[in-house]
Amino acid sequence: MLHIVNKSPLTSTTLESCLNTAAGGDLLLIEDAVYAATTGSAFEGKLKAAMGRLKVHVLMPDLEARGLADRMIEGISPVDYAGFVGLTVANKNCQSWL
Amino acid sequence: MSDVKKFMFVNRKAPYGTIYALESLEVVLITAAFDQDVSLAFMDDGVYQLKKGQQTKGIETKNFSPTYRALEDYDVEKLYVEKEAMEARGLSEEDFIVDVTVLSRAEMGAMMDEQDVVLSF
Repeated sequence: MLHIVNKSPLTSTTLESCLNTAAGGDLLLIEDAVYAATTGSAFEGKLKAAMGRLKVHVLMPDLEARGLADRMIEGISPVDYAGFVGLTVANKNCQSWL
Repeated sequence: MSDVKKFMFVNRKAPYGTIYALESLEVVLITAAFDQDVSLAFMDDGVYQLKKGQQTKGIETKNFSPTYRALEDYDVEKLYVEKEAMEARGLSEEDFIVDVTVLSRAEMGAMMDEQDVVLSF
């Protein structure tokens, strides 16, 4: 399934709840959740630990807006808006962690 | 002038995900027009507001980060960044679009304590 998160990992426990719950599948980071995809963040270790069981994607327009496109953690898959739609189509269901 | 007050704007939110960062900047510019003693504190995710290289074309939102560079023209020159927040986000002073003074949380708390008015964003 597809998990979508839009909150910053250092301000909200949303991403942590998602990572603690999600069994597998795809994780898409959008809006302020893209900060979790950056190197040097205090959340980097937790995200990397989850990358073994979840395929992590980041919405690039949101990462570019925040000036961090050059700091994406290796192994994360960059997607554009068409890629976002593609993920929703490819998965049988979706949870948005609001 | 005896009626000058010390105003501190406390910025704790990342830009774009919510409207707080932009709203704060608007009020800072208004306050500056009244010749007050204005300082800006960037704490928690607020430190992301000052990140260099923001490119907002893809999200079709105004990139307001260059406005921080214009603040000195309004005599707003006291920009404080929380050291712990900066480091937790993998950032350093070189990552910011403007020159800032980096303060520890304790120093920031003391600075906040000195203010006449604190506005929270």
